Order: sequence, then structure tokens, then C-alpha cells
Amino acid sequence: MKVLVPVKRVIDYNVKVRVKADQSGVDLANVKMSMNPFDEISVEQAIRMKEAGQVEEIVVVSIGVTKNQETLRTALAMGADRAILVEATDNAENDIEPLAVAKILKGIVEEEQPGLVLLGKQAIDNDANATGQMLSALLGWSQATFASKVEIEGDKATVTREVDGGLQVIKVNMPAIVTVDLRLNEPRYASLPNIMKAKKKPMDTKTPADYGVDVTPRLVTVKVTEPPARQAGVIVGSVEELVDKLKNEAGVI
Amino acid sequence: MAVLILADHDNETLNDQTAKSVTAAKAMGGDIHILCAGSGCSGVAAQAAKLDGVAKVLCASDDAYGHDLAEPLADLIVSLAGDYEHLVGGATTTGKNVMPRVAALLDTNMISDISAVESPDTFERPIYAGNAMAVVKCGDPKKVITVRGASFDATGEGGSAAVEEIAAVANPGLSEWVEDKVISSDRPELTSAKIVISGGRGMGSKENFEIIDKVADKLGAAVGASRAAVDSGYAPNDYQVGQTGKVVAPDLYIAVGISGAIQHLAGMKDSKVIVAINKDEEAPIFQVADYGLVADLFDAVPKLEAAL
Repeated sequence: MKVLVPVKRVIDYNVKVRVKADQSGVDLANVKMSMNPFDEISVEQAIRMKEAGQVEEIVVVSIGVTKNQETLRTALAMGADRAILVEATDNAENDIEPLAVAKILKGIVEEEQPGLVLLGKQAIDNDANATGQMLSALLGWSQATFASKVEIEGDKATVTREVDGGLQVIKVNMPAIVTVDLRLNEPRYASLPNIMKAKKKPMDTKTPADYGVDVTPRLVTVKVTEPPARQAGVIVGSVEELVDKLKNEAGVI
Repeated sequence: MAVLILADHDNETLNDQTAKSVTAAKAMGGDIHILCAGSGCSGVAAQAAKLDGVAKVLCASDDAYGHDLAEPLADLIVSLAGDYEHLVGGATTTGKNVMPRVAALLDTNMISDISAVESPDTFERPIYAGNAMAVVKCGDPKKVITVRGASFDATGEGGSAAVEEIAAVANPGLSEWVEDKVISSDRPELTSAKIVISGGRGMGSKENFEIIDKVADKLGAAVGASRAAVDSGYAPNDYQVGQTGKVVAPDLYIAVGISGAIQHLAGMKDSKVIVAINKDEEAPIFQVADYGLVADLFDAVPKLEAAL
């Protein structure tokens, strides 16, 4: 089976984001960029399935700017076999919307014919949590979102999903779309020899037009602002004082 | 045009999220209809019909809808979509699972996790884990939306909407439910609790969470955890408050042994009153806390329990 793993290049999760003064977006200049953390988990899952003999080839794809090559090389260094870069914009500030990403991925799925697509449940920049579900809809495939366990047997996958209040286990027909949650695995770090080897792995470059997709945004961003700041509070000296304040000042207990 | 809200429920009880989605829908304009899709869910439909501002409840009771599977539910919503401009779900694991599928089938982009309705086509939503707020305008004829429960008050009762039974649509049969592993608890649900007490990495072990449980029992509070505590195996994942877990906005949030990583703050900073108990006075959690107590939690938390 071939597995397709889309990966997104986002602001590193440790970076404190700054909103631009003109309210047009978040400042991406000279900011460390990394692979979306949820996508690292899906790459790791694909590699573990290959190590277990369930997968023959892992194809990673990234949609964005030329620099997304770095994100793809990271995935190749972790253990993916081949990469596809879709250059959809020349400006990293133009976030390609989930619907357009899903349409491009649909085109790639039709070409590559994977048996499984593993995606991160959400990107930590736009927080949309939509691409996997949309791709599944466009392909008419089954979907299993927020996976913390994935087991494939023949033409079915049993997926444990992280849902509000606990876990849900479902069985889905293959081919399937699975979006991954935090607890599925802990992604590996690429070793130096593997980073060197990754430089020689094949990477194709495509454009949205190759898949007949228009990436013009459907949602217009009117403005991006800082969230309202909380006022600094007080440090209390003791548990007794805390309880007194909560009872008599805040009135919450 | 009207608004269709997908009800969040467990086939018996309507989740509070639905009443919050109704509040958001009131700002979108038009009649508000609620879709209760489930198995044997007529009781839920009756509860939804009582919500203030609801004009009609559509009840689709069929085994295909009993476990919130995305594919049949999305097909049902799409079959009804012609009559509606806004299709709304909660930003719950059900809404997040189903609504983007609906959006793609209707060829419109998803408007996820809205925190305010500025006008019928313009919405505010947090991005970068709530470290920035984006206002987006949707020009498409259909708007598919999920509503962040923590940002809206629940609408009251007092309505008496008509309940209309509707037939199921064909089930694509792509997936089947196997089992639910629901952790049963006498405590309130995390996202709707008035008081939440959460533990972080400072708790040190799963066993130590017991001191948090005791305070929660005295206060009738829900128990949460930071991602660090969940990653360390001290607490189950559904306790997780933060960007990658649940977003809560209780009247009182007590953070114990939580340093206040950006990812955690994203999930609780809209709480009305925040209390932080941490031995590190430099911990970023104190910058958002209304009341901070610099103390060893193993000393302070039992004292807190005794004082309540």
C-alpha cells in the first residue's frame, strides 16, 4: 500500500506570534518555521506502518511556497520516500485555504492512488481543522478524524478517535482518510545520516494549475488583531487570603 | 434565509453547546432551525424545541445517525442545505468532524470555531491558538460554521417550536461504529462546568492528581490538565485544556502546578476569574491570573480543600 502524507509549513510552535501593525495578518518575517506538529505525527505513523510491513511507499506533499522544500526534506529525513511540492504562492503570508488544499490533494490522490491518506488534525496557524474532512468529502472516501490508534486489517481500518468525553472506536472502509491527534505517537528526530540521504530523495514540483485548482481565497480576511489582554492580578499571601478573596471579592465560590 | 444548527447530543440529553450555537445564530439573521439527528432522539428534539428563538426542530431518528458518524450525517445536512444560508455546528468533536465535510460537499470554505458574529457574513475567529483574532468575511452563498461554545452564552428556554420528523437519507456505508469508551464521572463536563481546577506537570504523578480531585469534589468543579500533564501520563487526554485540547471559559479556573505555556493559555484565558498556584513566581501563568499564590502545591492544595 502507498500512503500519502500532506505536511504544512507553519510558524514553529514555540514562537510567540506577533500581529502586524496594519492588522493584515501575523508577522512571518525572520520567524522560525517548522513542520506543523500534527503533521509530524502523521509522518511518524506512516513510517511505523512501513516498518511494520504494511506500507511500501510513503509520499509526502506540501502546498505553499518554494521554501516548503525544507518541510518536505524534514519528512524525507524522518523516513518518507518521495516528495511532491505544490508551489501555490510566492508569498508565505498567503495561507492556502483548506478547501483549495483539499482540491489539490484530490488531484494528487487521483494520480498517486494511495490506499490511505494521513493528515494532521489541524494546522497550528489557521487552526481550521478542516482539510482531511474536506478531502474525504471530495473523494467520497471514509473519514476517521482525531485518531489516537490506527489498525489496518485487509480492506478495513479500525480507528480509535479522541472525542469529547472519551474515545470512540470506528471501523472504516479502505481507502480512507485518517486525521491524527496528539497521542497517536511521538515523532522521531531525523538522524544526521538520514538528513544527508534525504537530500538525494526525489522531489517533484507542481502547481495548482496542474490539478486545475484555483487557490484564490474564498474567505476575505478583514483584519487580524491581538486578543484582548487580561489585566494583571494580585499575588495573595496565603490560602486563607485566597479563599477570602474568591468568596468576598470575586464571588465565585 | 434561515440558519440550520446541528444539535450536539448523546441521543438522550441536549448538550449545552446547542443553546450556545443558538445565541450565535441569532446574530446571523433569519429563522433558526435545529437538526436533531440521532437514534431514538425524539426526547432531544423536545428539549431543543424549548430553546428560545428556535422556529422549528427537524428530527431525523435513524440508526445511521446514532453515533455521529461523519459521512451519513454530512449527507443528511447537505440534503437539507437548499433552504439555508447558514449551516452551523458546535466546535465540538462532532461539529469539527462533520461540518468541514458538509462545507466541501457544498463547495464552500469552512469557517471554523467562531468567537463572534460581526454580521451575517462576517465572523471573528481565533487563529494561532488564540494568540491572534481574525475577522473573516465569506462571500459564498452558503456559510458553514462551527461555534466556539466558550465564547457565547447559552440561550434560555421558553420557546415552543414545532418538531418535524424527517426521513433519513441513503447511508453511504463507508464506516461503522464499534464502541464508545466514555469515562463516566459524577463531575460536570469540562466545557460546561462553572468551576474548573486543572493540574500541570508540577503534579508529578497520576496519583498526586487525587488532591485536585478532592478540591473539585468540594467545589462541584470539573478537573482538567495541561498538555504537559497529559503527555507525562498524569491525566487522560480528554482532561486536556489548551490549543490542542478543550477550550474552557468557566467562572473560576484554578491552575495548579501549571507554568502557563502559550498552548495552555489558549484554552483557558477567557475564564472570568483565574487563580494560579505555582511555586515558581516567574511562571507565565501569573501574568494572566487574577489571584496568584506562590506556594508549593502539595502544601497549598490540601489547605485549600480544608478551607472550603
